[in-house]
Amino acid sequence: MQISLKEWTRKGDPWVWLNAGAVAISLTAVLGLLLLITVRGLVHFWPHAIVEGEYQLRDSQPVTIVGEIVSDESVPAEQLRDGGYPVPDDVDFMTRYLIKTGNRDVLGSDFRWILSDALTDRRYPEQLFTLERREWGNYYGYLVSVKENGAEVASTASNAEAAVERFMAGVERSLDLYETIHEIEKVKIGSVNYELERLRLEQRRLELEDRLTPEALAEINALREQENARYKVLEQELGELYVQASRDSVVMRGMSGQETEIQLSKIVRAFQPNAMGLGDKLGHYVSKIWEFLSDDPREANTEGGIFPAIYGTVLMVILMAILVTPLGVIAAVYLREYADQGILTRTIRIAVNNLAGVPSIVYGVFGLGFFIYFLGGSIDQLFYPEALPSPTFGTGGLMWASITLAILTLPVVIVATEEGLARIPRTIREGSLALGATKAETLWRVVIPMASPAMMTGVILAIARAAGEVAPLMLVGVVKLAPSLPLDGNYPYLHLDQKFMHLGFHIYDVGFQSPNVEAARPLVYATALLLVIVIAVLNLAAVGIRNHLREKYKALEM
Amino acid sequence: MSDENLGQAASAENNPGAGRTHGLDMSAIKQTTEELSIEKEDIALTCDQVKLFYGQKEALHGIDMQIPKKRVTAFIGPSGCGKSTLLRCFNRMNDLVDGCRIEGQIRLEGSDIYEKGTDVTDLRRRVGMVFQKPNPFPKSIYENVAYGLRIQGINQKRLVDETVEWALKSAALWDEVKDRLNDSALGLSGGQQQRLVIARTVAVKPEVLLLDEPASALDPLSTLKIEELIHELKDEYTIVIVTHNMQQAARVSDYTAFMYIGDLIEFGPTSQLFTNPVSKQTEDYITGRYG
Repeated sequence: MQISLKEWTRKGDPWVWLNAGAVAISLTAVLGLLLLITVRGLVHFWPHAIVEGEYQLRDSQPVTIVGEIVSDESVPAEQLRDGGYPVPDDVDFMTRYLIKTGNRDVLGSDFRWILSDALTDRRYPEQLFTLERREWGNYYGYLVSVKENGAEVASTASNAEAAVERFMAGVERSLDLYETIHEIEKVKIGSVNYELERLRLEQRRLELEDRLTPEALAEINALREQENARYKVLEQELGELYVQASRDSVVMRGMSGQETEIQLSKIVRAFQPNAMGLGDKLGHYVSKIWEFLSDDPREANTEGGIFPAIYGTVLMVILMAILVTPLGVIAAVYLREYADQGILTRTIRIAVNNLAGVPSIVYGVFGLGFFIYFLGGSIDQLFYPEALPSPTFGTGGLMWASITLAILTLPVVIVATEEGLARIPRTIREGSLALGATKAETLWRVVIPMASPAMMTGVILAIARAAGEVAPLMLVGVVKLAPSLPLDGNYPYLHLDQKFMHLGFHIYDVGFQSPNVEAARPLVYATALLLVIVIAVLNLAAVGIRNHLREKYKALEM
Repeated sequence: MSDENLGQAASAENNPGAGRTHGLDMSAIKQTTEELSIEKEDIALTCDQVKLFYGQKEALHGIDMQIPKKRVTAFIGPSGCGKSTLLRCFNRMNDLVDGCRIEGQIRLEGSDIYEKGTDVTDLRRRVGMVFQKPNPFPKSIYENVAYGLRIQGINQKRLVDETVEWALKSAALWDEVKDRLNDSALGLSGGQQQRLVIARTVAVKPEVLLLDEPASALDPLSTLKIEELIHELKDEYTIVIVTHNMQQAARVSDYTAFMYIGDLIEFGPTSQLFTNPVSKQTEDYITGRYG
């Protein structure tokens, strides 16, 4: 059946196609992005096979290469010839691998580009070990022997299986020891230090106020002695643990044949990826992901976990939501319900709407100038003179970051709440007023509960915006590495003045400020994925609350 | 008396051809043994030269009217004639409209409700209002009825329980909802919602009930129920009802006021106004020549 072009246009079909096309492109873009970061991020944690092979470019000496093939790419032969590589004349493209050779302490760098054709005699020996270390990155190599207090107790030359077993047991033991040491250093000694600092500030405060009587000083000193004594005990305990931890070491042979002795206390994880079955690999994968989610970062954030960043992001967003919701709702209620709807109110409304379009870095500068230097500085002068010249609130921190983001997202909440209030039918308000309720009673008992889903919509938008914001945070309190979480066991538990880590900033830092970009790249994807998930979870929580409220107050269709 | 009238109203509906004059079913008009006359009534509300302005526009041009106590008074008239506006003057609902101004006096039990210092919330407690569309709050049935009590600070459970039950019985809704008092009021049908709104209004024990086209959004069966309810409530309350439906006015009211473009054209006992209107305009309207 023939349909004329005119008929086709008149029926609106081109529009349908255009609209559907736009939706398809948007969906493809979003899903493609998610797929990319998911795959790139999640593949990183899989235990990759270690390849061993002979690498020989035409005229040079062959060398043995041991490492993980991280990625491959196709390179125009022309480019390689220009770079001085010997490339046969009849090929246009060659594949080259990026190989993670690890052993940075021996080789100087972690990664190496090699031409795939030149890597021959590839094999995957099961004896090869991957060692994840606390410093110097991964080590790839063969186990030679295990030492205890410098004396060899097992070697692969005499009994390979026993040596591996002894090695694994040693790693297990040193990890337990590390856990204990970490606990003492971070928590116990941390709390002693916190107390000592508190006492120092207390003394300084009394001194400033001229109330430092000998009795008070004696009391402070007594407490200080007590803490020092506690510290002595812990220090001794720690010393013994360190001695124990440094008992074992292992001798490994890397790809250049060079033997390296590594302290077991420096090893986080040791495994033989080529010997692992699917079950082992899955177990390893899960444990790596768990480490990523629950551990502190290592090696300038390029290894280990990002728990403090997750924690900081979530805590900051929750604080922001707690601040912005009441403020935005109250402002919207005034603007919509009480203010005279004249030119002034309309001007204010336009101004508020436009605030949402101000670049976020401007809010960051405002937060730095007004909140931190002015307000924070004044707070320090008034309430924390004993700590000066080191600032307490006069520097970036959790509270200022939350407040800055609350200001940033305030317009969103105001606009959404105002729209919600405007949608409440007049008949409902009149019904309440006709029963003798005052305007305020009507507002609190009927109108605001009915508008609460709209308010939650505002909060959802605010969370979505705030959780992804990085630029202003760099000015008002986010750091590369925060020594402790802003919520801990030391009074007053929530430390609003502390600096914190943030997933968005972490991505920037790891991706662009890292000393080891290649090693960090997968973590950038993984962190980006996690940021998306955290925002999605925060949003879903808010959406859940909103749907619950909607169900409860679904009178708007009347 | 009311039962008898109801019976007549119902029989008139069953027999639509009976007693037609002017194209209107005249047998629906209340026949009362006693002759109604405004002079013999106690007066609840008095309007004295009530003028109302929306900005510059005068919407009511000096209304004089007396609304008798414990009777049903109906306001009829074409759309935009000011009957709802006048009704909303009685509980000062027009205060909420920007640029609305009132001159003259409206007296409730002798005191001017527009006097300075009048407690508007107290006035609205004494003069309850039911609107055209059912407007239950998005709360449970129980909390809807208890709303008026709660804002007066009455929270004793027994007292509230008793009042809610009494109000729902007054609004002839108790039997339908007694097992689901904690369900959302929004789950009720339109007619039930409107009776719930009446129960909510009755629960604060007002003296006057203003009904602004209470049945216009309802189906015929629900309308009949509301009308029955009005009959029962008029022993206790002064009722003023605005309606578009002349048959309804004839069925439920003792007195009727006909308004036209901001003027009160005629006011008198319903039977008289419908059977023997004084004004030509009234006659034209009730015979359907305009409006």
